[in-house]
Amino acid sequence: MRNHRTLVPAIVIALYVLVALCAPLIAPFDPNHADLAARLSGPFATTHGHFHLLGTDGLGRDVLSRIIYGSRVSLAVAAATVLVSGAFGVTLGVVAGWRRGWLAAVIMRLADIALSVPFFLLAILVVAVLGPSLVNVVICLSLVRWPRYTRIAYANVLETRERGFVRGAVAVGAPGRWIVLRHILPEVAPLAVVVGTLELGLMVVFEASLSFIGLGVQPPTASWGSMLSDGQQYVASAWWLATFPGLALFGLVLTVNLLGDAVRDRLDPRRRVPRRVRRRRPGLGEPAAEPITTALEADHA
Amino acid sequence: MRAGAAAAVCRYLGIRLGQALIALFGVTTAVFFALRLSGDPAQLLAPQGASQADIAALRHQLGLDAPVWRQYLDYLGNLLHGDLGYSYVQHEPALTLITQRIPYTVNLALAALVLSAVLGVGAGMVMALNRGRWPERVLTPLVLVGQAMPAFWTGILLILVFSVTFNLLPSTGFNGFDSLILPAVTLASLSAATIARMTRGAVLEQLDRDYIRTARSKGAGTARLVTRHLARNISIPILTVLALEVANLLGGSVVTELIFAWPGIGQLTVQSVDGRDFPLIQAIVLLAAVVYIAVNFVTDIAYAVLDPRVTTTGKAAGP
Repeated sequence: MRNHRTLVPAIVIALYVLVALCAPLIAPFDPNHADLAARLSGPFATTHGHFHLLGTDGLGRDVLSRIIYGSRVSLAVAAATVLVSGAFGVTLGVVAGWRRGWLAAVIMRLADIALSVPFFLLAILVVAVLGPSLVNVVICLSLVRWPRYTRIAYANVLETRERGFVRGAVAVGAPGRWIVLRHILPEVAPLAVVVGTLELGLMVVFEASLSFIGLGVQPPTASWGSMLSDGQQYVASAWWLATFPGLALFGLVLTVNLLGDAVRDRLDPRRRVPRRVRRRRPGLGEPAAEPITTALEADHA
Repeated sequence: MRAGAAAAVCRYLGIRLGQALIALFGVTTAVFFALRLSGDPAQLLAPQGASQADIAALRHQLGLDAPVWRQYLDYLGNLLHGDLGYSYVQHEPALTLITQRIPYTVNLALAALVLSAVLGVGAGMVMALNRGRWPERVLTPLVLVGQAMPAFWTGILLILVFSVTFNLLPSTGFNGFDSLILPAVTLASLSAATIARMTRGAVLEQLDRDYIRTARSKGAGTARLVTRHLARNISIPILTVLALEVANLLGGSVVTELIFAWPGIGQLTVQSVDGRDFPLIQAIVLLAAVVYIAVNFVTDIAYAVLDPRVTTTGKAAGP
């Protein structure tokens, strides 16, 4: 019924991924080929036989081709960050929730500390320390974002471990590792997916922000953030330089956010149907509602 | 407030303060050692073609040749005397450099906070109270767009429209109120969208409660409902978002200040990182952490004042 809320953004994102994967096939020009004679030509310009749909930049590079190649950086960094910080954060959260005691105290205090620094500042610092590069951007964003997953996983494990099937498994003497893998993780995984989807859009923006201030991917590699920073220099004379990469970025973030909202609503039945409707027909066989997302939304801020 | 309740509030705040101080110490220490691991600023600061001896002399002058633990103890000692060190690059006390910039960033962040709070809370309320009607249908896409617009793109587009095309507002620097408008709007846009979403959620959650139905059945109009019944109950979730947004505004001001050549802390941060200016970086981080912790602390106090339930459970009742 509400499938289109997931489907439409998913298709758009799939298109972005397809463009990123097939960049060499789609891009009309080499993204780093500078044609100084054709510098700063506007959209739809044809300069000595080359048609530039979205114009060229200050070095005469084709803007469309650079946007297409730039999608690789955005998607790769965002996906890698979500995977790394998610895996790291969930592992710590599950360990803390299962073992409890001093280990949990240490992990959760570390999470508090990581959350108590304005994270963009922390990100700038980490990149400044490690030096700007694609891998370092992933490392630095992951270092800043893992507590989001840890907190949610921790709270969920504490709750799950008291439930019947886990206590049953403990009672029959199942080994801890087996219980965690077989019973705990499947409960935590959907939450981690929701947090991950909500984080994805934010990570796209952070990567672009870091590239924008010159701490992300280094030139000449095309990235939307660095293209926007170039575009800002020519804002008075070449409006297309900042407009189109920004549009690509905006479109990706918007669809990822929409997908995140849809996924969250699907996994959280409390939000799926307006309350009034649900009250009239209780017990449609929906799984028990978990108030997971109010906290999530605050975290996402 | 009874004496027992007041004591509970104090104990609660005391615990929070202790945690905050530990976090502050952890952050300062981590930054200090991470910077020392990151490389040698003397190499970067020395003029082109300086000899190894010159670089070594510079390193000695900056105190970077001492063992790291020694440097750390010196740093902590100076810190306790209120000495944040000298900037390597600008040869002035880091504290002076920062205090020169603070008014600009505070101006910008405050303007953006007020703007986003007014717009966000207003829009969120309107959306929740007009569920399914046209105001919500108009505002929802706006909020989605606001959330997906990265600040630096918003800023450039605003410059493109208001400075370049129509020549209405200045695009860079700081001279008078006019030059505050574009940066403040840029900085506020994302926060306003987030606050609107959270407010909407918070109000919707309350609208389902019995006390609202009771008030309605007793004939309370929308205005009375909002001011007398809703306001107090949604104040905690809204306060929580606002506190989070202060941190986001401080972070976001880095990019915004760069776009608009705004002479604030954000610009200083990027300069100091570029120049490997250790004392300045450390001072800025310390300042940012203190501000952040202070905001959280004030928020905690506000929770305790606004909602007596907080101190008994040790946790805010809101999200």
